[in-house]
Amino acid sequence: MDDLIADFVAECREMLEALGGEIVAWEAQPDDRSRLDSIFRFVHTVKGNCGFFEFPRLEALSHAAEDALADVRAGRRHADAALVSAVLAIIDRIAEMIAAIEAGEDMPGGDDSMLIAALAPGAENIAAPAAVAVAEGHGRASSAPRTIRLSVELLDRVMSTVSDMVLARNELARRLRESPTDVSVDGAFERLSAIIADMRDAITRTRMQRIENLFVGLPRMVRDLSAELGKQVLVDIEGGDVELDREMIEMIRDPLTHIIRNAVDHGIEKPADRLKAGKREIGLLCVSARQSGNQILIDIQDDGRGIDGKRLVAKALDVGLLEKDDAAKLSDREQLALIFEAGLSTAKEVTSISGRGVGMDVVRSNIERIGGIVEVDSKLGEGTRMTLRVPLTLTIIPALTMSIAGQNFAIPRSAIEEIVRANGESVTLEHLGGAGVATIRGRRVPEVSLAGILGLASEVEEKDRTLIVLRPAGGDVYALSVDRIHDHEELVVKPAAPAVMATGLYAGTTLADDGSPILLFDPAGLAQVGGIKFETQERAARIADRPVSEGSKSTAVLLFRGLDGGRRALRLAVVDRIEEVPSSAVKKAAGQLRVQVGEAILPLAGAESAELGDGKVRIFRLNDGVHELGYAFAEVIDFAIVEKDIIHADSAGEISGVSLINGEPAELVDPHWLFANHVGPTARATEQPVCRLPSNDPWMQNMLRPIVEAAGYRVVGDEHEGDADLVIAAQGTKVSGEAAKKTIRLRSEPEPKGKKDESIYRYDRAGLLMALKSAGGSGK
Amino acid sequence: MNELLLVVTIGDERVALPAAAVESVVELDTLIPVPRAAPHIAGLSALRSRVLTVIDCMRSLELGDSDCSDGIREAAVVEFDGHHYALIVDLVEDVVEALSDPSPVRAAMGAGWERVTLGMVDTESGPLLLVDVAGLIAGGAESKAAA
Repeated sequence: MDDLIADFVAECREMLEALGGEIVAWEAQPDDRSRLDSIFRFVHTVKGNCGFFEFPRLEALSHAAEDALADVRAGRRHADAALVSAVLAIIDRIAEMIAAIEAGEDMPGGDDSMLIAALAPGAENIAAPAAVAVAEGHGRASSAPRTIRLSVELLDRVMSTVSDMVLARNELARRLRESPTDVSVDGAFERLSAIIADMRDAITRTRMQRIENLFVGLPRMVRDLSAELGKQVLVDIEGGDVELDREMIEMIRDPLTHIIRNAVDHGIEKPADRLKAGKREIGLLCVSARQSGNQILIDIQDDGRGIDGKRLVAKALDVGLLEKDDAAKLSDREQLALIFEAGLSTAKEVTSISGRGVGMDVVRSNIERIGGIVEVDSKLGEGTRMTLRVPLTLTIIPALTMSIAGQNFAIPRSAIEEIVRANGESVTLEHLGGAGVATIRGRRVPEVSLAGILGLASEVEEKDRTLIVLRPAGGDVYALSVDRIHDHEELVVKPAAPAVMATGLYAGTTLADDGSPILLFDPAGLAQVGGIKFETQERAARIADRPVSEGSKSTAVLLFRGLDGGRRALRLAVVDRIEEVPSSAVKKAAGQLRVQVGEAILPLAGAESAELGDGKVRIFRLNDGVHELGYAFAEVIDFAIVEKDIIHADSAGEISGVSLINGEPAELVDPHWLFANHVGPTARATEQPVCRLPSNDPWMQNMLRPIVEAAGYRVVGDEHEGDADLVIAAQGTKVSGEAAKKTIRLRSEPEPKGKKDESIYRYDRAGLLMALKSAGGSGK
Repeated sequence: MNELLLVVTIGDERVALPAAAVESVVELDTLIPVPRAAPHIAGLSALRSRVLTVIDCMRSLELGDSDCSDGIREAAVVEFDGHHYALIVDLVEDVVEALSDPSPVRAAMGAGWERVTLGMVDTESGPLLLVDVAGLIAGGAESKAAA
């Protein structure tokens, strides 16, 4: 609200300043129509705004002046000197009041009714002199305006000049590095660099607008929509102070509006339906924005009926977007993601608000065009959450630089899914009729060679290239093979000349640190020129995972630095992924260090104690196919290949040996030892005896099961086919199927029923453990 | 009519460019090729942290390739439609004053010249062909086919 008032004050001040000359001229020539119009516009604006802000006195004054002036404009009244004076007196009073609002003071005293009465035809000119005197006394005290208005064009020009300055600085830096310089020159240059960086920051901020500008219209829109639809919706808006590039705000306005319309129209149910579903009558719609790194996240969450993934799939089958076989393989998330496909809408009937089946696909492509992502998450009956992730600015694009045939290029990072080595263990590259097909961890994607697209000769052999897996905006995944990947850079991108854009390959140009131009690729254009057929091959490509052949003898490892600073290597295949967790997630619990990652608690290796300082801990998530394990480390050094001989350690331990990797010795971490020692007895999955418990007995499942599992058993239910080493059943129940090697029966009374009763009292812990142990022994 | 003209040599022909359109004359040292662009786009270069699109005038006029073997090329920098271009020429001679309005050349010229010419102007050093910068940037028929 304060901001809006500040805007109002600024606007009034501006108009008052502009009016200064007009008023005097109007006084001299009351018949001048254009002067009259501009004064009328001023009082009209003031009236409109102060009704909104609840300044009743301002409103009454401006309203009276507006009425009088409207009469003059309509020709019902002649502008005589008395009227002019009365209007001027009112304008002066408005100026005083605005000055008071700006300074945060109380409204100046004085009776406005005299001023208003002076407007009446034939009234005497009484109030004006007094008002003018007051105005003079106050006018001098008011501070100079704290804001000025600038044209956006000017800002853009300043922005581009600053970008040029950064580039010029970079070039100077390069020249300085090349020639020996004085320390004092270096010092001065450092200072210049810092100042330029500051300035760039500041000028970037001038282009920033609070996202509030985008949010401010939402409550009204939702109110109108819900009234039209007979629904009750409460809007909760958070994070309006997050700042975003002005241009970006315009770009996300339509997609955001669309998502909110959808949420109100399809998401939130009618009040009666909500009551039936056990919800409050009033639906809740939360819109929140927050900054995360150089991205802005906007969440739109409703507590409506959610999206029915099954129905989406059925619909997709109907319209032929999906094949039946593929449909069955979709995960929940993928089912939901179907709403972004063109020509799919689950709305039963088309309404005027949304649901024509155009929309979400447009939303997605609009967001992706500006380098953003839309995600959807929904629980049937509980609500839907849409998340927009957009970059902070349009002009600075995070990009990856790479080279082909000695020439550098850049590719926007937002389109990159992953980067793999063409000769990596989980990658195979095949050529079918000249077309490349890459199989990456069981997923088949079309592959094109950048050298081929560009018509350049690459001196790097195909198997030594790097594959960049790209998902262009609105397109499907493909792999691009390039010679070499260089660096991640934030590039100031400018549009290229039409003749360059005509190739369809490039999105713009930028200058590298050394001042040479770099072309930025358009991933969708590359695919098109490369002849990738965009269909639904993404889903069709989900072939059955087949074991990857053990092609090469050399072992790919991840080279990293441990928390103690040691240079170590870990086989790449056991590393599932890298996670970053707050150090508070590491706790000593149940006898060893454990780390919480999302929903899972994993045993943690690689760290000696839970004291990891403040901040973040990075861990490798290791996976042996059954169990997971965390391994804390300081930093990843590189991917590498173990080619040299491994000198094995004398005794078994965390380190199995040492070898030269990239010219320096590195310790090889033994994943087997890690799992054997950190996951404990349950890790030996193959040796695990199986115990069958009735799945419908809550006591067994809740009370007994942990004890059985702790004793090293794998617990299965009744429906489990195949042999079990042990069956536990309540006394008196029938043990079904082929009897297990051993059966334990439990009774609920402490005393046995007779001499032949071999059952165990169910709270006889010692007896139970004994029985479990002996059964386990005989089971092997 | 006192328009200033920049006299340059393209393919052994002395021609005039309207000097008002030319921002500066530079010597290009780096040239980054643009793969798959039209043939008359020689590449990109940088001038004072601005990206220049370099046009090979010889190829634009379909007269063959410019001789770039010595590594340094003279070029006239022009701004057209919001983008900066560098036009590679064989030689930049001088700035002269136009003594007449352009008048049509009635004899048949090469196809390339025919496309880019604005007419013939008289100068102190004799009549010169006045060349349209936009025509040079747009390139010839083969460029259009490639793009």
